[in-house]
Amino acid sequence: MIAIIDYGVGNLFSLKSSLAAIGADAFVSGDAAEIEKADKIILPGVGAFGDAAKKLRDCGMADVLLKEAAKGKPIMGICLGMQLLFDKSFEYGEHEGLGLIKGEIRPISEMIPEGLKIPHIGWNALQFTDKPSKLFRYIKDGDFVYFVHSYAGANCEESIIAKSEYGAPLCAAVENGNVCGCQFHPEKSGDVGLSILRGFCDMEVEVC
Amino acid sequence: MITKRIIPCLDVKDGRVVKGVNFEGLSDVSSPVALGQYYSRMGADELVFYDITASSEGRALFTDILCEVARTIFIPLTVGGGINTVDDFDRVLKCGADKVSVNSGAIRNPDLVYEAAKKYGDQCVVLSVDIKRVDGTFRVFAKGGRENTGMEAIEWIKKCVSNGAGEVVVNSIDTDGVKNGFDLPMLEEVCNAVSVPVIASGGAGCIDDFTHLFKALPKVDAGLAASIFHFGEVEIMDLKKTLAEENIPVRL
Repeated sequence: MIAIIDYGVGNLFSLKSSLAAIGADAFVSGDAAEIEKADKIILPGVGAFGDAAKKLRDCGMADVLLKEAAKGKPIMGICLGMQLLFDKSFEYGEHEGLGLIKGEIRPISEMIPEGLKIPHIGWNALQFTDKPSKLFRYIKDGDFVYFVHSYAGANCEESIIAKSEYGAPLCAAVENGNVCGCQFHPEKSGDVGLSILRGFCDMEVEVC
Repeated sequence: MITKRIIPCLDVKDGRVVKGVNFEGLSDVSSPVALGQYYSRMGADELVFYDITASSEGRALFTDILCEVARTIFIPLTVGGGINTVDDFDRVLKCGADKVSVNSGAIRNPDLVYEAAKKYGDQCVVLSVDIKRVDGTFRVFAKGGRENTGMEAIEWIKKCVSNGAGEVVVNSIDTDGVKNGFDLPMLEEVCNAVSVPVIASGGAGCIDDFTHLFKALPKVDAGLAASIFHFGEVEIMDLKKTLAEENIPVRL
């Protein structure tokens, strides 16, 4: 059973539908006790980091995530949800994240040459790194996924499983033990996206 | 490398696609779900559903069918038509739309783009503009291109983008339906004026029109069309293969 954390950020309809399409049992909840019962957790999110990080803490979900991650439960962040897994973000000030992925979130305007449009929006290819990945076990290097973002992970080399080229290589996905995250939207990335979600569903609890 | 997007647009009336034709393997040509799935399988990068219903009953049917589409198709969905208030954004986003396209609604209520972008983010708000040349200047037309608003198009687009529109669909009334190619001079002016993605619409008649568009104007991000896809004149997969052969980045 997969819990999708509801903390008032973003639209969960497509994520719920795409999990249903691959036959995964999932529910949306903002209740700590229910989420602790699930064997996997997805942290979605769209919007600004500071606001979302505050909401996550205020509703107690930040503590739940840290506790469940320590137990080795598979956790996946999507888009802003992935960014929240990092140590901190520099989106409008400096905000603390969950610290489950080493690194920080910075504006992509600092990373790419001038003249390219921001946000980085549309379909882009995944370039796998050498780091082996459980999340991507059912997809291949070069597969296309759908991005919409203006900020990206930085100084997170040890966790990056794929990059995407947009004037410079941007962090597309991370994985550290059973904690993983996609900057792009697997629920909007067609069959490739569904295969990634399947990869997540097949992750097992891992005691570190 | 970000790829150029190919976007079929489906007009929906009372929950049914209008102007649908028979494709092989497609059982119900007027079902938004069946046609959407077909396009998604053929390699469409995004789908636009345009609600041309006038009645509230028809609108409710549209909303129901949109949920059905979003439940089964996992590529970005944009919804337009009848979007006049932030509540309209809410209505279609809850059904699984990813972006909402505003046209006449933004002309009637100039705060709509700002209000919606503040609530849902810039990426969610698509400005759609019907433009026609009048005495050598680009003018914004409302009500499906029937009414000249008198507004200068480039200024209007710049204003909406600064208010938070995350993408702009440029529909050239001058080239629409002519099938003689996209309106490159108009598109170039828009591309030079804004830094958000620009989607070309109106005028595509064959594969070469898309090749020409992306070669002449590398700043254009996507090409949108309706009838040439519906009538099978252009197969999306053939189109994307041709673009790839011409070294235009596409998702295959």
